Amino acid sequence: MLDTIAERPAPAAVASARPAAAPAVMLANVRKSFGSTRVLNGVTLSVKRGDVTCVIGPSGSGKSTLLRCINALTPVDAGTVVVEGIAVHDPALDKLALRRRVGMVFQQYNLFPHKTALENVMMAPIHVLQEDREEVEARAVALLTKIRLLDKAHCYPGALSGGQQQRVAIARSLAMRPTIMLFDEVTAALDPVMVKEVLSTIRDLAEEGITCILVTHEMGFAREVADQVCFTDHGIVVEEGPPEMIFTQPEDPRTRDFLGHVTF
Amino acid sequence: MNALRVSGRFGVGMMGLLLASVLFGEVQAADGSASLLATMWKWAPLIGQGFLLNILISVVAMTLGTVAGLGLGLGQMSPIWPLRHAAQIVTQFFRNAPWLVLLFYCILLLPYEMRLGGLVVAMPAWIKATVGLALPVMGNVSEIVRGGVQALPPAQWDSAEALAFNRRQTLWMVILPQAIKPMLPPWMNLYAVLIMATPLVSVVGVEEAMTLTRFALSAENRSELLLPMYLALLIAFFAYCYPIARWTARLERRFAVKL
Amino acid sequence: MNGVWEWFAWLNQAHGINLPVFYDSYDRQRFFAGLLTTLELSALSVVASVVIGLIGAWLLGTSSIIARRLVHGYVHAFRNTPPLIQLSFLYFAVGNLLPRLEGVGGSSRPLLDGFAWAVITLSLFGGSFNVEIFRSGIEAVPASTIEAAESLGFGRWRLYRHVVLPLALRICLPALSNNLVNLVKTSTLAYAIGVPELLYVSAQVWSDTMNVREMMNLLLVAYVGIVGVLSFGLRRLETALRVPGLGTVGGRI
Repeated sequence: MLDTIAERPAPAAVASARPAAAPAVMLANVRKSFGSTRVLNGVTLSVKRGDVTCVIGPSGSGKSTLLRCINALTPVDAGTVVVEGIAVHDPALDKLALRRRVGMVFQQYNLFPHKTALENVMMAPIHVLQEDREEVEARAVALLTKIRLLDKAHCYPGALSGGQQQRVAIARSLAMRPTIMLFDEVTAALDPVMVKEVLSTIRDLAEEGITCILVTHEMGFAREVADQVCFTDHGIVVEEGPPEMIFTQPEDPRTRDFLGHVTF
Repeated sequence: MNALRVSGRFGVGMMGLLLASVLFGEVQAADGSASLLATMWKWAPLIGQGFLLNILISVVAMTLGTVAGLGLGLGQMSPIWPLRHAAQIVTQFFRNAPWLVLLFYCILLLPYEMRLGGLVVAMPAWIKATVGLALPVMGNVSEIVRGGVQALPPAQWDSAEALAFNRRQTLWMVILPQAIKPMLPPWMNLYAVLIMATPLVSVVGVEEAMTLTRFALSAENRSELLLPMYLALLIAFFAYCYPIARWTARLERRFAVKL
Repeated sequence: MNGVWEWFAWLNQAHGINLPVFYDSYDRQRFFAGLLTTLELSALSVVASVVIGLIGAWLLGTSSIIARRLVHGYVHAFRNTPPLIQLSFLYFAVGNLLPRLEGVGGSSRPLLDGFAWAVITLSLFGGSFNVEIFRSGIEAVPASTIEAAESLGFGRWRLYRHVVLPLALRICLPALSNNLVNLVKTSTLAYAIGVPELLYVSAQVWSDTMNVREMMNLLLVAYVGIVGVLSFGLRRLETALRVPGLGTVGGRI
């Protein structure tokens, strides 16, 4: 990990006072409604470069929407979203520039079913970045080796287990060489053994210094790996801070109540 | 409601097209000739009767084809393998042969009269043509029946067997009642295909709407009549087929949601 | 080859099964010319109808209300009227309005002949079904898969080219096959406007030779054969494109 806990600014200071190095991701007062349902109610959050941030909270608290606002899958109604200096809330956003930097992994893997594992990893760099095929293939093979799935390179997604598909999905995002990775409940559809495989892959990424933002119900993982934990409820960030603080001495009663129902 | 508005808009568009073609024809027509509208009106009752024959042929062919197709479809699922294979071959044959060729086949090769016991039944051309159309309907109904039955979860067969139903009871009391609903939309689709195939019988001289339209056109011998007359005929078929298509689509959606 | 033709001559003499299209060189020539015409007619219509279907489905996905309404109008008009009357309407009525080409010696001929009109009608008829087939195929591609591609930076065109269309094609191939087979069967309608395709030349042969029964059976075998080859090819394509874990809609059972 690149920085230590001591260097981290106090939670309250994050939103207002900007630290010297600009944050990788910054959300201020973000609002989003679907029809009459308000999902994000003024979310403010800042993520430091190289940090692992875990977003926790009850179902329907807007966690996934928050994540989707960061890579512009969901356009925001109001507020500012700045990712690596790119104004995501701007209607004239260059989506390609943003998505080269931000990778996203989904709960349901969403691999392209008509392509093999290797082809899935190679597709975006070849067609979107127009990179040299041989170079991309070498990189894809290296990524599959890293996630220990090289032997499945020529399998179609339908022939892989959930955990294997999810790791291929992570490799597919990494092939774009993003600086930020978003994980939307990536272990929710997996059985415990597969959860372990996927989490260890994410842990490796964190150690390489890629900024990771996870929406997760894996409290043990959040406690162990996260630099920052952020508790959301009813479309706002209720409380954020280092995991020791959130998990051992939460200030807000809602956080305490939620954690009281969670088993580690 | 939406469907009503859409078809309303369609009707207006079609009528507009018809009127435009009539006006276009009037401009082209030589001075002193009768107005196109009056001429078309003169022929309308006759062609209308022809259209009723189209509907009659389609209803009779659909009935014959459905009854025969149901039998053939059940044959395709028979546990007796020679019967099953024979039914499958017959089904594929009648599904893959062109309708027009089957029509010729029946018109040219069926006898003029049939002897049923001591009774002699005359076989006018339209009856033979109806049989000719019923054959492909039979092949398609057979496939619809098989598809509908096989789409049911196999557990239905198992649970019926566990309740000591025999095969026939299972089929008639458990399987078919459930299979009928999903079979309805494709069956209605088939009817729409059939009614749109009925003008084919004009090729073999049966006096339905298409034959009579051509007859009227050659009797009048005016080229400016071609466009509005054929357009009117197209609109007549559209007016009959479009509501069926909408209804089928609605049923399809409803059954799809239930699954 | 001659041996085969002679066998059919013997078949006629010995058993009275008269198929002059095999032993008589004149009948043979026109029969196979008719077969070739049917194949050309079918091939051109199949290709053109697929192109029409793709363009129509693409227009339905655009934001232009006018384009969408026009496509809807076309689809409904051609799906809900008899193809034979469409053919007559286009060939006799619309063809009558087109300018004629001046030929040699002051004679004139129509701009488009019966064959061309048959291809146009069959393509429009088949295309109207293909529009719906492609549209439902595209709609069946899961939104989540599209989102995943968007997250990887795919733009609209590349998204369609590399993700949506390959998946949609696999999803709608069974329905498409069905429609294309139907289109080949419908090509017999060209008989009605005197295009010398298989049915037309067969009718000529049986009225010359009075061998209706033999020609009819031969005709049925020929069409079942053509349709069989096409279905077989399409099924092979389906198998070749099949990937594990990807279902189809409206497929054969």
